[in-house]
Amino acid sequence: MKPPAFAYTRARSVPEALSLLAEAGEEAKLLAGGQSLLPLLALRLARPSHLVDIGGIADLDRPLLDHTGLTLPALVTHAALERHPGLAGPWAALGQCAGQIGHYPIRVRGTFGGSCSHGDPAAELPVVAVAMDARFVLRSSAGDRTVPAEEFFLSPFVTALEPTEMLVAAHFPAHEGRVASGFAEFAARAGDFATASVAVALTRDEQDRVRHVRIALGSVGPVPLRARAAEHELTGRALDETAIAAGARAATDGVEGRDGADLVPVLLARALRRLNERSGDHAA
Amino acid sequence: MTAMATPRPTPAPAAPARWRDPDRPAPCRLTVNGTDVVLEVPPRRTLADGLRDGGWTGVRLGCEHGVCGSCTVLLDDAPVRSCLMLAVQAEGRSVRTVEGLAGAAGLSPLQRAFHRAGAVQCGFCTPGFLMQATALLEREPDAAPERVRERLSANVCRCSGGTAALAAVRDAQRELGGGAR
Repeated sequence: MKPPAFAYTRARSVPEALSLLAEAGEEAKLLAGGQSLLPLLALRLARPSHLVDIGGIADLDRPLLDHTGLTLPALVTHAALERHPGLAGPWAALGQCAGQIGHYPIRVRGTFGGSCSHGDPAAELPVVAVAMDARFVLRSSAGDRTVPAEEFFLSPFVTALEPTEMLVAAHFPAHEGRVASGFAEFAARAGDFATASVAVALTRDEQDRVRHVRIALGSVGPVPLRARAAEHELTGRALDETAIAAGARAATDGVEGRDGADLVPVLLARALRRLNERSGDHAA
Repeated sequence: MTAMATPRPTPAPAAPARWRDPDRPAPCRLTVNGTDVVLEVPPRRTLADGLRDGGWTGVRLGCEHGVCGSCTVLLDDAPVRSCLMLAVQAEGRSVRTVEGLAGAAGLSPLQRAFHRAGAVQCGFCTPGFLMQATALLEREPDAAPERVRERLSANVCRCSGGTAALAAVRDAQRELGGGAR
C-alpha cells in the first residue's frame, strides 16, 4: 500500500524539530532514516498526523570517543557504526551488532536514534545499549533529561520518550580496567530480526577474573532483559569453558519457555568465547 | 505638492506554509543518473514511486515494505531501498537507477555478466540485484564470495533464488580485474 496522508516539514536544527513536534501534537512523529517508520506507513500500521524530517540536521551523525566514553548522536547510521574504526575493545559489541541489523541498504539509512526510539523488542541496538549501561539523552524544549537504557525501553514499541521529546544521543560510559564486550544473535534468514540475541559487557581484573558483567537478552521478552543469574554465575571467575558453560546454563533464568530462549545459552557461550579470542582487551 | 493618497502598502508575500500539504505535489530537485531533474511529488510519495512517475520504471515495486530489494537504487553511490524513502528525502542527493548503468560502450560489465550467466529469468528482480552488485563492486572490487553472498541476500529472486546472480557477480569481478584469489 502507499503511505497514508501526513503533513510534512523539514527541521534544520534540533530546537526547530522540538518546536515543530510541540506544535504538531501527540500524533506527530520524527522521521530520520525511516527504516522503521516507512514500513509502518506502507502497511498503514501507523498514521502520524505530521512528520518532522530530521534527517538533514547537521552534526548528529558522528560517534564521539573521549575519556568519558562513547557518545552516539541520534543520526549515526548502522552502516557508519558497523565500519567505525574506533569500535574495538570495549565497544566491540556495538560494531558487531550494527553489522547484523537487517541488510546493508537498511543499514545505510537506519539510525541509532531511530532504532532505539522505535523500541522493537527484536531490535539489536537496544540489547547492546542495556548491556553497556548506555544513558539516553532525551531533549525537549524544556531541556534535557538522561534515562538509563534499562529504564528507556518500557514495553514493545513503547519507550520513555514523551511526544514532545527527541532522543538526541546515547552516552556509553568508559570503565576502568580491562573492558570487553560482545554480541551474538541468531536469525533464521539473513536480514531477519533476531530470534534471540545476547550482548555482554564486562571488566576483568589482572588475573582475568570477571569483576563486573552485564548481560542483556533480546527478542525473548517485551524489552531487553538482564540475565542476572548468569551475571552472578560469572562474577569473580575467569572465563574458562567451565565458567562459560555455567553462565550459559544460568542465562535462561526467568525466560524459560519463551520463543527463542533455548538459543540464549548457545549465544551467550558464543559471545563469551569470541570475546576471549579477540586479542587486545583495551584498558579504558 | 499636491496631496497624494497614501499608497496602500503592498501585502508582504505569504510566508511559505510551515507544513506541506500531504497531497499537493511540490518540486523536488535531485540528480538522477547524472542529470539534474525536478520531480513533482507530494510528501507521501515514496522515492520508488517518484522515480517511476519520472520515467525510471526500472525501479520495481515488489513488496513495497522493504523486504524484497527490487526497488534498490543507489543514493550517493550506496544501495538503498527506494520504497523505504520518501521522494522528498532524496532532495539534493544523487540517485542512480538501472537505466544509468549502460553507457556509450553498451551494457555494463555486470549487466553482460548477468546475461551470460542466465541470471535473468523474468527480469523483475534484476535491476535491484544489478544496483546492489554495482555498489558492492565499486566499493569492494575484491569482495570475497561470502561478502558477495551476504550483500546479495538483501535481494529476493523469486524465479531462481539468486544463485546465478552470485555467479554473475563473481564473473564480472574477474572481468573487472578484481575478485578474491
